[in-house]
Amino acid sequence: MQTSTQNNPTFECETGNYHTFCPISCVSWLYQKIEDSFFLVIGTKTCGYFLQNAMGVMIFAEPRYAMAELEEGDISAQLNDYEELKRLCLQIKKDRQPGVIFWIGTCTTEIIKMDLEGIAPKLEADIQLPIIVARANGLDYAFTQGEDTVLAAMAHRCPDTNSKHFPQDNKKSTAIDNGIIIFGSLPEPEVKQLSYELSKQNINIKGWLPSQRYSELPIIAPGDYVIGVNPFLSRTATTLMRRKKARLISAPFPIGPDGTKEWIAKICNVLDIIPEGLDEREADIWQNLEEYISLIRGKSVFFMGDNLLEISLARFLIRCGMIVYEIGIPYMDKRYQGAEIELLRKTCDQRQVKMPKIVEKPDNYNQLDRIRDLQPDLVITGMAHANPLEARGINTKWSVEFTFAQIHGFTNSKDILELITRPLRRNNGLKAISDNIYTRPTSVN
Amino acid sequence: MKLAYWMYSGPAHIGTLRIASSFKNVHAIMHAPLGDDYFNVMRSMLERDRNFTPVTASIVDRHVLARGSQEKVINNITRKDKEESPDLLILTPTCTSSILQEDLNNFVQRASMETESDVILADVNHYRVNELQASDRTLEQIVSFYLNKAKKLKTLDLQKTTKPSVNIIGLLSLGFHHQHDLVDLKRLFNDLDIEINQIIPENASVKELNLLPKAWFNFVPYREAGLLTAKRLYDEFDMPYVDITPMGLLNIKATIQRIQSILSDCNCVRNYDNYINLQTKYVSQAAWFSRSIDCQNLTGKTAIVFGDATHAAAMTKILVKEMGIDVLWAGTYCLNDEQWFQQQVKDLCSKIIITDDHNLVGDMIAKTEPNAIFGTQMERHIGKRLNIPCGVISSPVHIQNFPLSYKPFLGYEGTNQIADLIYNSFTLGMEDHLLDLFGGHDTTESLTSTLSADNLIKWSPEALKELGKIPGFVRGKVKRNTEKFAASKEYDLISLEIMYEAKEKVNS
Repeated sequence: MQTSTQNNPTFECETGNYHTFCPISCVSWLYQKIEDSFFLVIGTKTCGYFLQNAMGVMIFAEPRYAMAELEEGDISAQLNDYEELKRLCLQIKKDRQPGVIFWIGTCTTEIIKMDLEGIAPKLEADIQLPIIVARANGLDYAFTQGEDTVLAAMAHRCPDTNSKHFPQDNKKSTAIDNGIIIFGSLPEPEVKQLSYELSKQNINIKGWLPSQRYSELPIIAPGDYVIGVNPFLSRTATTLMRRKKARLISAPFPIGPDGTKEWIAKICNVLDIIPEGLDEREADIWQNLEEYISLIRGKSVFFMGDNLLEISLARFLIRCGMIVYEIGIPYMDKRYQGAEIELLRKTCDQRQVKMPKIVEKPDNYNQLDRIRDLQPDLVITGMAHANPLEARGINTKWSVEFTFAQIHGFTNSKDILELITRPLRRNNGLKAISDNIYTRPTSVN
Repeated sequence: MKLAYWMYSGPAHIGTLRIASSFKNVHAIMHAPLGDDYFNVMRSMLERDRNFTPVTASIVDRHVLARGSQEKVINNITRKDKEESPDLLILTPTCTSSILQEDLNNFVQRASMETESDVILADVNHYRVNELQASDRTLEQIVSFYLNKAKKLKTLDLQKTTKPSVNIIGLLSLGFHHQHDLVDLKRLFNDLDIEINQIIPENASVKELNLLPKAWFNFVPYREAGLLTAKRLYDEFDMPYVDITPMGLLNIKATIQRIQSILSDCNCVRNYDNYINLQTKYVSQAAWFSRSIDCQNLTGKTAIVFGDATHAAAMTKILVKEMGIDVLWAGTYCLNDEQWFQQQVKDLCSKIIITDDHNLVGDMIAKTEPNAIFGTQMERHIGKRLNIPCGVISSPVHIQNFPLSYKPFLGYEGTNQIADLIYNSFTLGMEDHLLDLFGGHDTTESLTSTLSADNLIKWSPEALKELGKIPGFVRGKVKRNTEKFAASKEYDLISLEIMYEAKEKVNS
């Protein structure tokens, strides 16, 4: 096809004035995932206020997270960081008896250069409890990248020999080694579903980072194959490759039936397995999605960008027949997401549409300008802009829901479309009362 | 360092942003890292605001750490000036800028040379004040700025209005029922035949702040924001102010009497006695309601009160003096207003709690076991855990505390709302007791069997475990759909795989 040469992705970078969640929000899903963990966010009232409000009702369920709120004495170094942290961690140990404590470094600990990585090993030995440090701060990272910093820190703790599980002389363990380690935090049902898909292809999952308990961290030996399930895990991938000498399988992410198929196919390819029934399985899922796809085919969508899932979601929606005007994204790792971008390009070729513009570090103000001009059928955006856009007659889907909903694998493809089509279905239903009130003005203010 | 899970009042910049976003055509620029603009989400979600929140961030990132903000803040200010042409731009420091110690004042001065808008730096220190104190301070700062400006330009209007008039000070965005309270306050002043000169900051224009001295007096409904401004106007223009919260019949009466005396000091003799009587008797149902036999049941019931100083003090008074309920203890998290609070409630309850530690409040509730709690969202959840009903009377709040229907806490209609709130909290508590006594609601076992498709299909242990993880409110539906699907395929055992298959194929 002659379009393919023109369809190279275009990357732009704006001012970085965009709205997103602070990366410390990752504690909200990670403390639930890692059952014996406790997350201590070392920061200020600002961090606490964000978590308290963003986590909503979860905060009342005695979460295994707390703030170590820095006071003026901490900032001016009148208090000793080590002693202060020791006091708090001992209290946590006594009250909650966690298997591991995560310290989440914030903007403030960065600025005052609190040496968390230096203090942790000493304190760890002192109080006999593993302490893992992750710097998930708003100076460097956006939203889901918080999980990336935590998993990268955890990767260092994965044991790298299987000596404690297998006798040294047993050479057969290499045969069992013929498997993969998956990284990325997913809810248990998704873990089960993906495991089930892989087991159908006789693929052995040797471990999952993170596991449900800290004590069950997978063994990662040099040469092991690792693969990510989420597009925002580039630091983790780098750590696994450089520090654990693992081999990274670069594949599109298992989001949407197309992504899931490619993900599994790529693993099979690397492990020399001929996939069985994979194409049929994908076709089957597509067929079951038809009812939803008919609602969005030919409709346009604009990603303002805040959680790094944007490329994968856009690729899936283009495959569903949508027109993507813009893919805003906080941070674009072209190497880690290489296979995903390639699949996006292929999908555009297949559908004979132009490759959408990928805007890194977007500027929300400029984006609103473009939205005003383009009048897309759907804007995927954060909550700060959702209501004002709705009031201007533009359908929106709140982007954070994609981070918390189950969207991976074949089984959950429907859930993505359920989310995407919800505003369209709802606003269709409301035509009679609100269509002439919330219209699209020529100038949006 | 302090171990903290929850806080009653937010960081200082939230207070500044609440003031800035309440005014019309005022834009705030936060000097903050990525993600600190969560305020916009709260405005947009809790208040369901139809407009974009006029708050942007001048992002502090690695480069700023290395080289300082340099031109970045100034560029952001001048850019916003061009894009939005606001009347006023407020540069808002955050915890991050507090420690970076950049000379923000210098940025403001340099930027203001290029902008059409006025530019000021919010004078709040993250480590010294909380959200409420910061809002009080910022409001005073903005008012002072414009009064000084008017003085220089000689546009200050000191001519009093011909008819008695008032400024209402301290209605803010994200305030607890502020929008509803405002409606009732307007009605109150209308009834009292007093003109409203200005309402600040809600929907006010900074351009008209020079008209503030025209009013005969100022009215500050909530202690948390506005007192500093009222005091300043008193010091500078000798404007008297009323700082009684008209919440509850007794407080409303005190408010009106105070207004009456202020007016008489200005040689305007009014007698509102008759009005107070009529309103208390007919418009407010609260007095009659307390008297009615239904409310005899409330005699000797116990309650505790916790919230901001304004609402907790007024609520305690209402419970004790207007409903005859025994308040075991009352407390506030407004540590800075401790003295006032003590003095307000010291004769109404035996113990006073001043703390911002929710654990302490929780322990106290568990220890004293009241029949009902009147507090914030936190106390509501403590109540849930302890099975004690709770009426929410103060921030911090949830989206459900921004109701669509008219629910003031102030004024005569407010007394009706509060009476309902109190009554409903207690009766619900009674119902629970009775249910306990008589063995609870219908047992559900017999119901579920008839709702299920049929019992011929078995579930594998793994599938059953998975089903258990599905949230309760959809579990029944998932179970039925899966069973129907399995039946149609003539499976007799539902395994995990079949569960997934059903999810993929059944259109729910």
